[in-house]
This record gives sequence, structure tokens and C-alpha cells, in this order.
Amino acid sequence: MSKKILINGREYEFEENLTLIQALELTDIEVPRFCYHDKLSIAGNCRMCLVEVKGAPKPVASCHFSLSDLRPGPNGELPEVLTNTDQVHNARKGAMEFLLVNHPLDCPICDQGGECDLQDQALHYGINKSRYKENKRAVDNKNIGPLVKTTMTRCIHCTRCVRFTSEVAGTEELGAIHRGENMEITTYLEKGMSSELQGNIIDLCPVGALTSKPYEYHARPWELRKTESIDVMDGIGSNIRIDSKGSEVMRIMPRYNEEINEEWISDKTRFIWDGLKTQRIDTPYIRENGKLIAVSWDRALTLLTKLIKKTDPGRIGAIAGDMVSAEEMFLMKKLMEKIGSNKYDCRQDGSILGNQYGRSSYIFNPTIAGIENADAIVIIGSNPRMESPVLNARIRKRWLTGNLNIYVVGQEHDLTYDYTFIGDSPKSINLKNIPLNGSKNIIWLLGDDVFLRDDGMDILSQVIDCAEKTGAIRDDWNGVAVLHKYASRVAGLDLDFLPQDEKHTAQKMASSSEIELLFLLDADEIDAKNKHTVYIGSHGDRGATNADIVLPGACYTEKNGLYMNTEGRLQETNRAVFPPGDARDNWKIIVEISKRVKKSLNYTNFEDVRAGLRKEYPIFTNINHIESDTFQCLDQLSDQKQKLNGDAFSNTITDYYLTNSIARSSKVMGECSMQKNSIEIKNG
Amino acid sequence: MTENKKNNNNFSFTKENLLLAERELKKYPKGREGSAIISILWIAQRQNKGWLSSDIIDYIAKFLDLPQIRVMEIATFYTMFNLNPVGAHHFQICGTTPCMLSGSEKLKSLLYEEIGEQSSVSKDNLSWVEVECLGACCNAPVIQINDDYYEDLAVTDLKNIIDDLRNKKEIKPGSYKDRLSSAPDNKNIQILTEDEIEEIAKNRTKPGLEAKNA
Ligand code: SF4
Ligand code: FES
Ligand code: FES
Repeated sequence: MSKKILINGREYEFEENLTLIQALELTDIEVPRFCYHDKLSIAGNCRMCLVEVKGAPKPVASCHFSLSDLRPGPNGELPEVLTNTDQVHNARKGAMEFLLVNHPLDCPICDQGGECDLQDQALHYGINKSRYKENKRAVDNKNIGPLVKTTMTRCIHCTRCVRFTSEVAGTEELGAIHRGENMEITTYLEKGMSSELQGNIIDLCPVGALTSKPYEYHARPWELRKTESIDVMDGIGSNIRIDSKGSEVMRIMPRYNEEINEEWISDKTRFIWDGLKTQRIDTPYIRENGKLIAVSWDRALTLLTKLIKKTDPGRIGAIAGDMVSAEEMFLMKKLMEKIGSNKYDCRQDGSILGNQYGRSSYIFNPTIAGIENADAIVIIGSNPRMESPVLNARIRKRWLTGNLNIYVVGQEHDLTYDYTFIGDSPKSINLKNIPLNGSKNIIWLLGDDVFLRDDGMDILSQVIDCAEKTGAIRDDWNGVAVLHKYASRVAGLDLDFLPQDEKHTAQKMASSSEIELLFLLDADEIDAKNKHTVYIGSHGDRGATNADIVLPGACYTEKNGLYMNTEGRLQETNRAVFPPGDARDNWKIIVEISKRVKKSLNYTNFEDVRAGLRKEYPIFTNINHIESDTFQCLDQLSDQKQKLNGDAFSNTITDYYLTNSIARSSKVMGECSMQKNSIEIKNG
Repeated sequence: MTENKKNNNNFSFTKENLLLAERELKKYPKGREGSAIISILWIAQRQNKGWLSSDIIDYIAKFLDLPQIRVMEIATFYTMFNLNPVGAHHFQICGTTPCMLSGSEKLKSLLYEEIGEQSSVSKDNLSWVEVECLGACCNAPVIQINDDYYEDLAVTDLKNIIDDLRNKKEIKPGSYKDRLSSAPDNKNIQILTEDEIEEIAKNRTKPGLEAKNA
């Protein structure tokens, strides 16, 4: 139902189920606030959002006053709300004065300075002098882990952090103990926090009570250059803002995107940045007498050219890693074709998921935002909490609103919501076991680990079959959802960066002696044996240590690139800083190699590359667009069925914090991993 | 402030207390058993000589299927829960306005002299803490010792109480003035005859009784 009200004398009409603050937001009237946050439950404890309602005896808190509670005047006049009167201003000033009674006012040494809600709002509602002679209270700082630094004296008890951890993150760890003047925010007996989303409480805290520990005293917000980009730590491509100063990335913040990450990012996304500066390869290396020695670009490339020329083209292979952009894979593929080899693969984990059954068979069809329309979710062989904490929070968000049945086939983990465990092997995937009656929008969520099994495609076929039988594949709903944990996988499949022959999958190429020269494009999760390897990438991790030639490349904060997330949504990264030392953009390296081997790829600048990619693969044209598709050759797929074996599902992520080369280089991620392991050891 | 000490023995409810606790649980709908938390904490505190150790918090969190921090929030919010050991006789002295005006400050300094710091246990197993209004302001100043109220206390009364406790003598709960509960002093009590009551009723102007000037 809609309702007419007067705001500051002007008439508006709103839906009745809004709160006053939401209505005021729609009219672009700014309401100061500390505790209210539109993604959290309403607490109403800071009193900063006071407005005047005609007829009410005192100012009301607009964040928890519902429009439906507004009453018309005695003669049927429209209800009237005022936000700019003296009464409102004084009331807010009063609230602010109380908030500041115990606040230390230590802005000069506070990391929040410059982006602090309290600071900003004190500009309008603060008074320039304290009327209190009493001592301020002081609160001990809490040690709640390696990520969040606490300065609890600054806390104004808005409880946003408490609500976030219990509602969104689903790990009830923070709480407010004691009461009144002695109230303190803490974890139980100051235990470290365990959530993979805890970094978000730093953004939520309206004051400087919770700040980033790794970023402590690094920079002031106004000194930072802000670059909008996307994250490559997992498959969903969270939208981020990279804040850099000079040539260094200082921190990573979330960017609002309702479709993907709302306003949350995972801790790996947020705190990875120290890994961007350590273990970097900043100059080419070649292996001489068993040791890697630093050389010039020219020398490294000359050696490489010799190697390529001397090797039979059919014995050259390439493997793309999990964080490379579409352009890079496109060029790598072109290079390989020019050299005369068709042996390349983008699935270093050994996945057997190809693209022969259409795009729908390898993307997250229902979309991330679509989770909110689901009424049943069957999770198969996946641990979404580790594989994509933000997507997992979406499932939890939907679960909290009720009427959602969740079933798990695979390993049992604490997923932050309740589910019914069906079984641990693919044999349990059948409609007799899973009570889906009455559910309309069913999501069949498949982890990409499923495709590490020999019967991976049979499982897919079985799932598509079940989905069809339960009406989960319709014109307006496609419930088959593959959750990828790697940022570049979907683009790789779209680009057909796949071997022509089963004999040349990434893992087979790495181990067989048929391949003599192997390019590792940022591929670190694979061990190549008995061959020459050329590593093009950013970090001195597994790939580089074993390589014969190392060519220093750029990582995701240092390049422009297109990525497809697990939904098949096209997004792009933007360069925030330049690669260190002699490192170059990966696309330039590949083009340079092509010139040296006289198979020149005709691209002079990055725009050319992108245009070339788009010409051949138009799917990479519309940013933020999901090219929907259908399944193809499904009959072939269903022939495969019924070979499901009884082995239990396993999940490959054993340590959430150390899943890729950047994370392994990060000290902060190392600390998190250590803390997590020590908690697990304690709990047995 | 209060930090939660560990108890050495592992806590679990005795048989009778388990029955009591389960009875409390039944008062709430399924899935909302957490609402019984205050009664459950109280039963546990009584079983554990008047205080809650961290293993009790753990135990109750498991018992009610609540996160530990939620239990801790409740246990720290209410002053009726002690997170540190208390004496066999635990004094809760009211320091709120009516009691303060009637002399609770003096009682407090006596407790300080006799027992020691707040929330510490003396050698003879006494402890004390200042609390907010105990809801018996008409008998101010008030001290609650374990389960009973001791009211209208003068400093000497309190001194006697403490001495008696030390000598293992019985102490008398209730008012230490010459009166019954919160009725007027015995010497000021005036008992009306039937006729007087009738007279008052007759002269009643407004609804309700209005005493005539004597
Ligand atoms: S720590 Fe920050 S977010 Fe948490 S209650 Fe205090 S002010 Fe609010
Ligand atoms: S924002 Fe309304 S009371 Fe805090
Ligand atoms: S003020 Fe002491 S009991 Fe109320």
C-alpha cells in the first residue's frame, strides 16, 4: 500500500512498508546515522537519526519508525515529517554530545581519520567545546586476531559489528558484555575471530574502534589513489577498489554491487595486498647449472627463442593459471597456434569440465542475486564457505528469511546455515533421497571439485537430469549452478583454451615426457617434470622455482584485463599501479615472444588486443553482462550417465587463506592460516 | 572489568538441578529454549556456591545451544550473576539515591573496613558488592545477604550482623527498626476503631480514602 506524507512541507508518496529513514533516503534528504545500516537489522541505539514528526511529543528515531505508524492530523491532514527544524538540529546535537562524552577525540592518531562517520557528522552536529569535567572512561583493547585492530575506547556501541557477525557472517563471535557505562564489545574471552568475512566490520564500524591491522598507520585516505577493479581470489569476481599510494597498493576495499558481492568482500580479497609486494619477480631469470640467475630481458628471450626453435612444435604446451585475464589466454592461444601446437589447457587443477555441452553447463546459471529467489538449494561436492565466502553469505541471507531447504551431498562442514545431509557420494544424488516436492526455484549447486573426479561428467549429467525432472530448467529459471573457485576458468572455457585431445590435459602435459617445452602462464599449482618450463608470472612461487626461464609479469592490480566470473558475467580489472622493476604486462611478454620466433602477433597496443579478442569472441564485449545460453548436446551427456561411483566427495581447499601464489606470499594470510590451524588443533 | 576465572572441576548440573533446568526449558516453544537462559544461569550459579565460572558458561552454552558470547552477554549484564568467586555470605549493598540518602555510604565504608575491597573474598569467607536499587527503598538502607533482605540498617546493626556471621550465629532478616515489613514504626502505629473507619468513609469526598485530620 502506498501512503502520502509531507516531508518538510512537500508531498511525497511511498510504499507503506518503508521506514522513515528509507523514505527520506529516496527523497535525497540526508539523515545522519551510526547504527542503522541497510543490510543489517535495525538496532536504534545511537539516536543520531532523530527527526520531528508533527504531533509526536518528542523527536523520533527515523531508522525504526515505520511509515505505517504515521497518523494523519486531527482534521485528516497528511502526516508531516520535518528534518530541518531547530528541534531536530538540537536533538541531533544532543545525541552527538552524549556520544562524545566518552569518546577520546584522538583523530590525529586514528586510522579512521578522514573517512570517519563520527568526524564527518560532528562537523554538522558537534559543539566546539566539552561541557564535561569528568574523566572519560577507558576500555582495554581486545586482541581479536591478525586482521582487525581494536581501539575500544573509541567505540560508540552502535553494535553494527555485532549484528554483522551474527547476521551476515553467521559466526556469532562478537558481543556486547556488561552494561551502561561499562559496556564493551568483545569476543568471548578475547578469542580470535574465525569468520572469513570479518574484514567487513572494519568498513561497518562508523568510528575508529575497528580498523585494519595490516594497514595500521600506513596512509591517510586522502592520499590514496582509488582505482575501481575486480578481485581474482575466487570465482565470483567481487567488485573492489584498489587504494594505492605511489607505486604501492595500500589496501583493498569493497565496491558496492548488488548483483555480486553487495557490499562485502572476503578476507582473502581484502587483506591480500601485502602479498602483492612480497616474493615478486622483478627481473627475468634463467637457469644455469641448476641455479636461477637474474638476466636481462634480451638474454632471457634469446634463450627462449632458441628453445622454441629447437623444439618440435608438437612438443610445446601451455598451461594457463587461475588468475590470468582473458586477453592473456587469448594471446597465449594465438601464440601456440602460430608456433604450430594445439596443446594448451586452462585447468591446472585437473578438472575435466569442458565446454562441449554449452555455456550453461559450466556457469552459475541462476546468478548470485538469483539465490534470493531460490526455495531449495542442493549443494553437491562443494564447500561454498571456503570456495566463495561472499556467495555463501548470500545463501545464508536467503536462508535467514525462511522457507529455504538446503541439502548437502558431499562433505559436512559448518556452512553457517542449517542443512539436511543427504550423503557423501554421487550415489546419493537422486530424487528419491532429496525431498524437493513443492519447491519451484531449485538451485543445483555443483562445486568445481566435482570435475576432478573421473565420474565428474556423469554427475553433471545426473544433476541436469534431476534438475529437469524437478522443473528447475525453465525459460525463466535455470537452476544448474557450477561454482568455480578460480577467476579465470570461465573465460578459459569460453575461449576454448582447452586441449584437443584428452592426452594433453594440463596434468598429463606436466607429467608426460611427450611435451618438451611447457609455458606456465601464471600457473603455480602444477608440478612439471622432465621438461623445460617457461614461467610467465608475478610471484616467485612453485611455478617460478622450478622453471628454466622466468619472465616477470604483472598481477591483477597492475593490469587491465577481462574476467568472466562464475556466473559468466564479464568484468574488467583496471591498473592501479605498475608492475615492479623490470616486470611487464603479460600481454606484452607474449607478443614479444611471438615477434622473436618470427610468428608475429600483430598487436601494438592493448586496445588492439582487446579488439582482436572481441572480434573472435564477441562474448567478451559487454561489460557486466551475462550472455545466457542453453545446454548443448545434452543427449550425448546423458548417455554417459549411470557410471556414478561410490567414492565420497572431497574438497580441495584445505586452507582457505593459502589458495594461490599471491596468498602464499602474504604474511597476513600466513598469520590467518596459523591462527585458524591453532584453533582447529585446540578444538580437536 | 570482571574477568571470568576458570573453575578446575568440570561443571555439570546435579540430578535435581537438571530436572529444574529442564522444567524451565519446557516453558518456551521449541527452538526458543535460549530464552530460559536467565533461570538456567541462576540454577547453575546456586549450584556453584554463588558464582559462574567460564566452564559453566561453556556448559550452559552447550546446554542451550547458544554461542558462548550470547551467554556471556547475559551473565555480565545482570549484577545478580557473579563471574568471580563470592564468600559464603555475599553482601549486595544498595547504593541508589534513597538508600544513599539514608546512609548507605556509611554502611559501605564499614563493609570496606570489615571485609575489604568490593568483589574480593575475605579470609572469613565474606564478600560484598554495591548494586543498584533493590526495590525496597521504603526500608532504606538495604543490604541483601545471600537470599534475604536486611533493612533499615544502622551502622551498628550491620556491625552486629557481620560479627554474628563470624561467630556462626543466626541473623535475622527483615527490618532492623521496630516495625513490621514496611509498616510505620510500631510506636507510631494507630489502630482505628470500627466507628472511626465509618466516620472516615462518610466524609469521603472523592473516590478513595482520605484520612481526616486527627
Ligand atoms: S566497535 Fe565500531 S561497529 Fe562495533 S559497536 Fe563499536 S562503534 Fe559500533
Ligand atoms: S541510526 Fe537511528 S538510532 Fe541509530
Ligand atoms: S534505593 Fe535502595 S532499595 Fe531502592
